[in-house]
Amino acid sequence: MGSLVRNSIFIAVAVAFIYFAGDVFGSYKMFLINTIGIYAILALSYNLINGVTGQFSLEPNGFVAIGAYFTAILLLSTESKIDMYALVDPSPIVLSMHTGSLAIALLVGGVAATIIALLLSLPVFRVRGDYLAIVTLGFGFIIRIFAINNPEFTNGAMGLNDISSSINFYWVGGILLITFIVMLNIIYSKYGRAMKSVRDDEDAATAMGINTFKIKTLAFMTSAFFEGIGGGLLAVLITTITPDQFSFLLTFQLLIIVVLGGLGSMSGTLIATILVMVGMEALRFLDEPNILGLGNEAHPGLRMVIFSVILIVVMLFARRGLLGDRELLDFFKKSKK
Amino acid sequence: MDFSIFLQQLVNGASLGSMYALIAIGYTMVYGVLRLINFAHGDFMMVGAFLTLFGYSAGIPFELSVLLAIVGSAFIGVMTDKIAYKPLRDAPKISLLITAIGISFFLENLFIVLFGATPKAFNAPEYLTKVFHVGEIYLPISVIIIPIVTVLILTFILYILYKTKYGMAIRALAFDIPTVKLMGVDADRIIMIVFIIGSSLAAIGGIFYAVSYPSIDPLMGIIVGLKAFAAAVLGGIGSVTGAVLGGFILGFTEIFVVAMFPELGGYKDAFAFFFLILVLLFRPTGIMGEDLERSRF
Amino acid sequence: MSFLKIDGVTMQFGGVTAIDNLSFEVEKGMIYGLIGPNGAGKTTIFNIITGNLYPTEGKILLESNNITGTKPNKIVYKGVARTFQNIRLFKSMSVLDNILIGFDAQAKYSYLEAIFRLPRYFKQEKFIDKKAKELLEIFGLTEFADSKATDLSYGVQRKVEIARALATNPTLLLLDEPAAGMNSNETSDLADIIFKIKDKFNLTVLLIEHDMKFVNKMCDKLTVLDYGEKIFEGKPADAIVDKKVVSAYLGDFSHA
Repeated sequence: MGSLVRNSIFIAVAVAFIYFAGDVFGSYKMFLINTIGIYAILALSYNLINGVTGQFSLEPNGFVAIGAYFTAILLLSTESKIDMYALVDPSPIVLSMHTGSLAIALLVGGVAATIIALLLSLPVFRVRGDYLAIVTLGFGFIIRIFAINNPEFTNGAMGLNDISSSINFYWVGGILLITFIVMLNIIYSKYGRAMKSVRDDEDAATAMGINTFKIKTLAFMTSAFFEGIGGGLLAVLITTITPDQFSFLLTFQLLIIVVLGGLGSMSGTLIATILVMVGMEALRFLDEPNILGLGNEAHPGLRMVIFSVILIVVMLFARRGLLGDRELLDFFKKSKK
Repeated sequence: MDFSIFLQQLVNGASLGSMYALIAIGYTMVYGVLRLINFAHGDFMMVGAFLTLFGYSAGIPFELSVLLAIVGSAFIGVMTDKIAYKPLRDAPKISLLITAIGISFFLENLFIVLFGATPKAFNAPEYLTKVFHVGEIYLPISVIIIPIVTVLILTFILYILYKTKYGMAIRALAFDIPTVKLMGVDADRIIMIVFIIGSSLAAIGGIFYAVSYPSIDPLMGIIVGLKAFAAAVLGGIGSVTGAVLGGFILGFTEIFVVAMFPELGGYKDAFAFFFLILVLLFRPTGIMGEDLERSRF
Repeated sequence: MSFLKIDGVTMQFGGVTAIDNLSFEVEKGMIYGLIGPNGAGKTTIFNIITGNLYPTEGKILLESNNITGTKPNKIVYKGVARTFQNIRLFKSMSVLDNILIGFDAQAKYSYLEAIFRLPRYFKQEKFIDKKAKELLEIFGLTEFADSKATDLSYGVQRKVEIARALATNPTLLLLDEPAAGMNSNETSDLADIIFKIKDKFNLTVLLIEHDMKFVNKMCDKLTVLDYGEKIFEGKPADAIVDKKVVSAYLGDFSHA
């Protein structure tokens, strides 16, 4: 089986990279690589609902926030919570939530996001129309409002800090590899085909016996699960989280990545994540105060103007992005024939 | 709740509801003719407020600044459609939605670059900020003017929709786009009119907002836009009278719930979202809406 | 006992009556035609049978079971499959994948089994892959298996759509204007295939058609609709000479 050999080689190379990356790159570069890795996890899972299933959603920042908060609360020790919660005492639930295991903390974050995704699916997917986008957009704001108004859980606007855990690229790289493989396994199965059929023509999919509600919900929950885990990783990487951190900006960056890589293409998403993240770093100077004598706050204004123009231009002139909805390997298959 | 406080809240609710109603109309009309949630619509409101501020602080009389801002917003609305939406009429729906969110983000960040991200004071002329005391009721003049002007505008819009041939075409497009095109209606022209009406009303809503809450910022359109969309769904997406109704219901709910349960004040911005979820769960077509999404073959 | 029974079905949209108290019965193994001018309500009947619309009055019986209002995705499991008037293939997918969607229900493995690539995934995928390729063979579509569905000619797309419907393993096949837009070669090719699969898969076929010649050749029996009312039921040969039918059709042509 050619594909077995090919897949094994791919996995071996990926594992080798994850294993040796820490030795090769310095700590600043490793931080960037970790960040890119986490964004790749988020973008891959975002592409499942947006690209493969074709349901326009703006959920990532909400689910990332849920994953980040659950993971952070689980990893913080009881004493540090008591010290940290300045506005009100932490709720007993918060105090009782603790684990020393990063894996468990991440999983709980992922599962929490998945459950919320299921709850959002009920109102949104039972009706036709594009309500998913607006409901998920609203949900991102609700999470923030909830976090600010419930300091006994979240320490309010002050957020949580000193989220300490010995994270390294083994975690980020390993979870990225797993996410990538899971996504491809879904796409190349009857579930992935059903998701694509819903994207292409919902009525025809229904006429083939596909339960479109179930398929959309499944895709949405899967995206949420990995976004929750990605959120946990992000919290551990940057060690400080506040409600304002998970703004729509995060979702917008992921949207650009997914669109640029090609809606529905996982390998395209990987490539685009690197391009966009490195591009964002490279264009950071644009947001320096007083460039062009304009905007003076540390808000990514001009950079975001450029990136939103890129998004619009891609949509208008190159809707399929880098790889369309195909994977890199599909191109090799084609050329062999 | 004693009677004077009730009256006070009633007036406040009418004023807030007016803004939601004005903005909701644009959402519902664009959805009607294009089946598109125009994410940039909330930002048209912000544009209206900023253009007014810009003109007024440059020395142009306030009334003229308002007029120019409305025209400017209408122009931006029409150009948005021409440049970004029109080329995608036959593209998959998701491309259109992504472009719409791109436009929204573009406008927000463009205004951040131009005006800065911090809230700007909006000092309306004195005659609009004067406050009356009637018994125990505290009445800024704007709170009285806003609902009155809104009712006048709405009457005018409903007249256009129900009594003119353009209005008929707009309403017909909401039900069956292909058939209406077959009947020789110039759909592009109708869509342009919808964008002019929608963005002008959003700009007026934005100016009302600026006068009532005297500071504005480039991101102000997001939350208000979301709420106005929820109002449109509540009223029945596609229906203009529904949008107005939804806007006022939302405005009154926000004001009265916070007045009665002050501890929920922090969640004020979340009510609209719960309305939206409840409507989708129990009556997706809203109060006045027809089922625009019924599958057609 | 009839196989499919349309029993007093009325369908109103707002104030407009699209179907008016329509009844007819289809025997097992028949090819039954549903014809009539544009807007006569033919596709509406299909949408009622497949559960996309719920009739204002009346019911649909399939082998004496009341299937009225069964959800469109559930109707497939009752053995009803359809094609669409304007071909609706899955545009981004290959011909083979289009057919495999039809086999979705017959591939029995769970989401987790797919994610973890457990043995049942491989076994079941192999099984439906084989069945899908057999179906392509029957339709003479093997050479197109990897082509994108929308890159194909109109006639071939029609065949793919019928094959996709057959993949769901139906007993009743609803064809909505299968010969529309085809040239005479393609039409006669299509007729042969419909006869062939009807026998091979033991199907009952209900078809909507405009082309009287095609109907004449295909159908054992037909019902003619005009403005939602039945104006004729019987053999195709008798329909052509029926006064009401002729005037309904001429009326239609003069409008067009």
